[in-house]
Amino acid sequence: MQRTDDIRLPRHGRTALAGIARALRGVWEIPRRDPFAAAGVILYLLFILVALFADHLVTHDPREILFDENYDLARNLLPSADHYLGTTYSGRDIYSQLVMGTRGALIVGLTAAISVVTIGTVIGLIAGFFGGWVDTLLMRLADVALGVPFLPFVIVLAAMMEPSQWNVVLGIALLLWPQSARVIRAQVMSLRERAFVEAARVTGAGPWRILFVHIAPNVLALSFLYASIAVGWAILTEAAISFLGFGPSNTVTWGYMLQDAYASQALGREQYYWFVPPGLCIIAVVVAGFFISRGYEEILFPKLRD
Amino acid sequence: MTADAPLIEVDSVSRSFDVSRSAADILRGRRPQIHAVTDVDFTLRRGETLGIVGESGCGKTTLGRMLIKLIPPTSGTVRFQGADIGEMDRQAELAFRRRAQLVFQNPFDALNPHFTILRSLQEPLRNARVPAAEHEERIAEALRMVHLAAPEHFLMSFPHQLSGGQLQRVVLARALVLRPDFIVADEPVSMLDVSVRAGILNVLREVRDRLGLAAVYISHDLSLVRYVCARTITMYLGTVVEDGPTRDLIESPLHPYTRALVQAVPVPDVNQSHDPLPIKGGLPDARNPPSGCRFRDRCPLAEARCAAEVPRLREVSPGRRVACHVVA
Repeated sequence: MQRTDDIRLPRHGRTALAGIARALRGVWEIPRRDPFAAAGVILYLLFILVALFADHLVTHDPREILFDENYDLARNLLPSADHYLGTTYSGRDIYSQLVMGTRGALIVGLTAAISVVTIGTVIGLIAGFFGGWVDTLLMRLADVALGVPFLPFVIVLAAMMEPSQWNVVLGIALLLWPQSARVIRAQVMSLRERAFVEAARVTGAGPWRILFVHIAPNVLALSFLYASIAVGWAILTEAAISFLGFGPSNTVTWGYMLQDAYASQALGREQYYWFVPPGLCIIAVVVAGFFISRGYEEILFPKLRD
Repeated sequence: MTADAPLIEVDSVSRSFDVSRSAADILRGRRPQIHAVTDVDFTLRRGETLGIVGESGCGKTTLGRMLIKLIPPTSGTVRFQGADIGEMDRQAELAFRRRAQLVFQNPFDALNPHFTILRSLQEPLRNARVPAAEHEERIAEALRMVHLAAPEHFLMSFPHQLSGGQLQRVVLARALVLRPDFIVADEPVSMLDVSVRAGILNVLREVRDRLGLAAVYISHDLSLVRYVCARTITMYLGTVVEDGPTRDLIESPLHPYTRALVQAVPVPDVNQSHDPLPIKGGLPDARNPPSGCRFRDRCPLAEARCAAEVPRLREVSPGRRVACHVVA
């Protein structure tokens, strides 16, 4: 008979952390399977690096109005070695604005995605697990949130409060949680019937422990999927709000750049180097997020590949 | 409390489930129900092992789940050491959970796919507030009892990396890690390959002999029951039809349904006679079971009395009860 007297229990992390680690490991599996997703991951990493090192990458203060050696306003300059993407109508360096805008976009995108998915996951878990009137209440609330028109709501919110990028985050968090909440609720409803949940009850776990320790790790991967979609939504919305002129005036974002270019009639002056780069960046981030979520989805639901 | 006092007392326990209503049911104001378990009673002492046999749908799993307080009975009581488990507050329930455990049928579903094996084994100890310093010893003890070879190789693995036999041993170890006084095993080997069944059955037998706990084994398989249980109950459509020492029950079954079950056990003999089983038809609709004896429409011995009168479980010899008008 084998000896088991001398076994040593290895150390292990907390469940939630382990669940996150496993979901993240799933992220690293994507590039190997799907070239589009790999491109998405690379693009994202690029944008994250630019956002992190924005202070070192800028050549000028993006908000500073520049003058040439004759103390004339350095406006509408063409791209050159001094100004990689030229300058704006009011004499600001476009390249530096673009770099700083990356930081703004990612901050809005990531905070919005985290809040959307946190709210959605917690509500989905509670609604799916407890059912009954709790479920009814939360899902009717979700219906209300889904019924509110998205952009007008965020504009009203931004107009009523101090203009700031956090309004956009708040608006997105308030309106976008139902999608993830519904999917996670459905998943929880099927998980709670599984034998391992019953096993947790038999070993004496209370309902909250069953929900957050036993069930939650099983839906975290879905949360990540919805987070990657929400990032793109948030960045698009922020750009739209800024373009419409309801954005914060003290930070530079891609949407703000587009608004500035539009208001200064850059298109009429054919200053493509001004408004095309921020537009391309918005598209690139959103598409990258879409590719990653698609690749991740295929890992979650392998049948999609057929 | 004396050693002879029953650990588990099941007193006329019934359980019915609502089923979805058809349009006709709603118009007539009917609420159709399935009576999964009807008026079951038995007692179980420490050290006793009881087998519950019957075909699928006879309510044996529902009964097992009521014994372990996973679902409440519709009527009747289950008492654990004299205390009604339906009336327990959270504190008493936790104490009960420490002492009564369940072994699951499907080992592939009974362990959390996101937990390591170690984590699954630690979870009961953690919920029972066993000091962390004792975890190692308790887990090692439980793993020894189920004869899991080289646990250090898979304690940090996830369930999908283990085989069915290994998983079922882990599930068993999880039930034993709290040193329970009572376990319910619901079809503990039915999902396993025949080749690994014997190993698990040996473990069950050893556990029974070594720990002296009270155990209920639920199975459709008489050979399992014969191997591990001293006493057996036959269930048919939610009712107990026969109760007695396993050997007597298998060697000289009284109730016609038990007889049919015994005959249905395959014998490894190619020249075996293929007499048709003495029962006919399939399991009747549990929503409206036959009047009188529930088995009468399939019974080869049925008489007029069987349709009119429900047979009571009567003691025919010491420790042997049967519910049949004809044989008792």
